[in-house]
Amino acid sequence: MSSIRTPLLRTFGAATAVLLLASACSGAGGGGGGADSVNVLMVNNPQMQDLQKLTADNFTKDTGIKVNFTVLPENDVRDKISQDFSSQAGQYDVATISNYETPMYAKNGWLAPMDDFVAKDSAFDQADILEPIRQSLTAADGKVYAQPFYGESSFLMYRKDIFEAKGVTLPEKPTWQQVAEAAAKVATPEVRGICLRGQPGWGQVMAPLTTVVNTFGGTWFTKDWQAQVNAPEFKEATKFYVDLVRNYGEAGAPQAGFAECLNNMTQGKVAMWYDATVAAGLLEANDSPIKGKLGFTQAPVVKTDSSGWLYTWAFGIQKASKKQDAAWKFISWASGKGYEELVGKNLGWSKLPDGKRSSTYQRAEYKQSSGSFSAQAEAAIKGAKPLNPGVQERPAPGIQFVGIPEFTDLGTQVSQQISSAIAGATSVDDALNNGQGLAEKVAAKYKGQ
Amino acid sequence: MAVITRERPVVDRPPPVPRKSYPKWARRAPLLPALIFLIVVTQLPFVATLVISFMKWNSLDPTNRGFAGFDNYVNVFTDPDLRSSIVNTIVLTASVVLISLVLGLGLALLLDKKFRGRGFVRTMLIAPFLVVPVAAALIWKHVLYNPEYGLFNGILNWLGFDAQPDWISTMPMSAVVLSLVWQWTPFMMLILLAGLQSKPIEPVEAATIDGASSFQIFRYLTFPHLRQYLELGGLLGSIYIVQNFDAVFTITSGGLGTANLPYMIYQTFYQAHEYGEASAAGVIVVAGSILIATFALRVVSSLFKEETR
Repeated sequence: MSSIRTPLLRTFGAATAVLLLASACSGAGGGGGGADSVNVLMVNNPQMQDLQKLTADNFTKDTGIKVNFTVLPENDVRDKISQDFSSQAGQYDVATISNYETPMYAKNGWLAPMDDFVAKDSAFDQADILEPIRQSLTAADGKVYAQPFYGESSFLMYRKDIFEAKGVTLPEKPTWQQVAEAAAKVATPEVRGICLRGQPGWGQVMAPLTTVVNTFGGTWFTKDWQAQVNAPEFKEATKFYVDLVRNYGEAGAPQAGFAECLNNMTQGKVAMWYDATVAAGLLEANDSPIKGKLGFTQAPVVKTDSSGWLYTWAFGIQKASKKQDAAWKFISWASGKGYEELVGKNLGWSKLPDGKRSSTYQRAEYKQSSGSFSAQAEAAIKGAKPLNPGVQERPAPGIQFVGIPEFTDLGTQVSQQISSAIAGATSVDDALNNGQGLAEKVAAKYKGQ
Repeated sequence: MAVITRERPVVDRPPPVPRKSYPKWARRAPLLPALIFLIVVTQLPFVATLVISFMKWNSLDPTNRGFAGFDNYVNVFTDPDLRSSIVNTIVLTASVVLISLVLGLGLALLLDKKFRGRGFVRTMLIAPFLVVPVAAALIWKHVLYNPEYGLFNGILNWLGFDAQPDWISTMPMSAVVLSLVWQWTPFMMLILLAGLQSKPIEPVEAATIDGASSFQIFRYLTFPHLRQYLELGGLLGSIYIVQNFDAVFTITSGGLGTANLPYMIYQTFYQAHEYGEASAAGVIVVAGSILIATFALRVVSSLFKEETR
């Protein structure tokens, strides 16, 4: 018996070590490609998959530049970009980055500025890019470092039919108090008043909640890096949000993210939903059971004029890339007006990578397919103020996030506490006092600078 | 034990070759590529992780990189979230392994009897183990637990109960444990069933003739025979469940006090981009797992030995 015990144990010990370590490390692949080719690293969102489909038959055919795509989920993309770009290995010429990373990557010296390319390329028409989007892709040095592929803000979606039946109306620009009153009036045991994200994650519950904090007059940090997470305004906003979800929100709120709320809304389980503008296209899709029953208003406000967030996936060029001209040609094509038309004609106008250009909202075909919400979505993006989203000056850009590398972790840790508060497992006060401690640690790093 | 007898199969001897012309290393040389491969894919990453665990390395902050000494380890041990994640890992692993061992033992005893459709039932019972872990977690989150359209509340509704509890929010840890028990019970059942079916029939017949009750047969014959299979199931199950990530990530996203160590490492690596701290936590997990695997099993098996002697 004992004769096999020890080897067996060793085998399992070693196996454990191997299995656990295998997850800790990942290597880099090979680079290369010919002179007339660019390597593009992309996030695997549906719009990017459309781009991949259309590139060979259009861009490569016209310019002779071959495009090699690497498509990965969001977290892996972020990781791969920071690995390749931080060492300036030059494996990827172009990568999709969001407006969260762009200013930070630019500050690290990982990205090539695009101002010269833009100046020479009149067909690209930089002035057509929506101002807040351009602003959010501009670094502290005033240069543009990325061009948007599509953009979004947040707004309020509601069921017109339910509101009419109950005799409840919402103004064009409701306040959060009006939304809470409306939620109370339309809520029934079958249909909840409002769907708000409660799932932990800096990109889940923290995104809508931070916009609420902004408009209640709160902020994560003051201009001189004082953490404000348990300040009265932050607390008031969080209490409002948590109470609203607990009283009139969707069932299972502590696990509900974008996907769950989309489900609840589509199935008619909730009467309102405050979330990304891209959701409207999904709710108004041809196979949606609630198509045509929807109304849209701007993001609810309290102390600010607008409160919608701003997010965009954009293309940046690696500074070490030796094929920057070819890379710009690709970006100019993919972010250009011609590509929008190509998608509209080939794949349908509802699939347009929208939310980045003024001209998109002038297209007759686009208005026809997205008419019910396109004006509100455009207004939401145009009203976003990425540099000044609240009532006080901010130390870093960002509306639903703080544009510092530490925020993904800070936001996620605080979000887990908020999620517990929504579940009733902890109080908002305790959650935010813990959050304040975490935020102070982050602030301490920046105070001296 | 059957395994021992199979350990040294008779190998056809090669034709006699003058030994002296081959030094020892030459006879072992053909193994070298495999050995090098093993070292490259297992030991080098471990060394790299060890080195990184002593470094200040935030991937988004490339200018501030360097040697950190034991800072990362100090951070890991002083971070209250990380400490509670260690407790969570232990609670999660112990409860899943124990519950699925007990359930697996029951199912294995049932399946050891002959009945019509046994093969079909066995296949159905194994099915949960074959489901991809993240898919299983999604099934539990959406199809079963969801308070709006989940099957659990659907059944309550159908039975005429008004209560529509929010399962995950009210009992987050049990929700994760239950979904894992569902996946791992078939695994335990398979191992224990193999044990039951290798049990010699003669002692049982002799015991029956001597007038032993079926409980006595289970207690003094079947159970001691199953001991090593229980240990094996417990050990393998622990190794895999300590690492479980899918269920926590999908069902609760690490919220509501369910974050375990693998989830915390994921968060440190992907959200905080703290490669140094994540590596330190990874090294601690490896050390802990090896320690537990070695000592716990030794303790358990020596206890069993004393009892059965």
